[in-house]
Amino acid sequence: MSKCNCCECANEACDCGCNCSCHKPAGMPRLNEPAPAFDAVTTHGNLRLADFEGRWLILFSHPADFTPVCTTEFIAFAEIYPELQKRGVDLIGLSVDSVYSHIAWVRNTEEKTGVKIPFPLIADLNKEVASAYGMIMPGASSTEAVRCVFFIDPKGILRAMLYYPLTTGRNMQEILRMIDALQTSDEQKVATPANWKPGDKVIVPAPKTQDGAETRMKEGYECVDWYLCKKSL
Amino acid sequence: MACINPDGTLTPTAMAVISALHTPSTPAEIGQATSIPVYRIRSTIRELIEAGLVLESDGQYRLTETGMKRL
Repeated sequence: MSKCNCCECANEACDCGCNCSCHKPAGMPRLNEPAPAFDAVTTHGNLRLADFEGRWLILFSHPADFTPVCTTEFIAFAEIYPELQKRGVDLIGLSVDSVYSHIAWVRNTEEKTGVKIPFPLIADLNKEVASAYGMIMPGASSTEAVRCVFFIDPKGILRAMLYYPLTTGRNMQEILRMIDALQTSDEQKVATPANWKPGDKVIVPAPKTQDGAETRMKEGYECVDWYLCKKSL
Repeated sequence: MACINPDGTLTPTAMAVISALHTPSTPAEIGQATSIPVYRIRSTIRELIEAGLVLESDGQYRLTETGMKRL
């Protein structure tokens, strides 16, 4: 499948064979809205999004089993799994592969590298979950998911999304940093500045009134000006 | 079903959940008792209900008579 002008869908991916059909990319999920529900076959049995209610969930996709970049990521996700558990975060992967392929890859990874994969993998052969989450980018591939990471909070609300191209493996430290930042913002009602990491100062939400702006500089925070003040936790 | 083997026996996860349900419990309580992730307990209980081994009432789960026989 490729972009072409053989039919009426020049700006979308389309089949140029006997059956000329267009494939519009599915809608993208939106931040701060409920994450799309799923009921999926996984390596740990049938799982639903609702099964994870009450805990944070990271849903990640990878293009395909038994491929090089994905295997390095697969191992890296397993390595940060204990850190995620400490933070009350569950992890689930997804690709457009069968559950048998997933099981074989999990077993092969353990056999060849000694790394045990503790989290489930969704077998999304019909691309139902991948489409609902906007994981299929026809410009990159119409048969594989790109490298996505979705951060879903304990109430099932989608709080952050990361999208990486097929060629680029993800940074696990950024995934941990994102969780730390989201949980800190929720617990402390603050925001986090660029390159923030746990232990750094956080941003006090800017005042929303003129009176608030006038008193902010006297409240004992470390301020550049009334709208940019930091504090230690 | 992921919790019931083709020969009708229960998987280790299903057996652990059944054993934990000797007293009515919530998924979180079973999770604490067994160290199995809560998402997996919810999924297993769903299948055990379909198999007629577990019942739900007021957010707690308990074994049916058939379920008791699997203990």
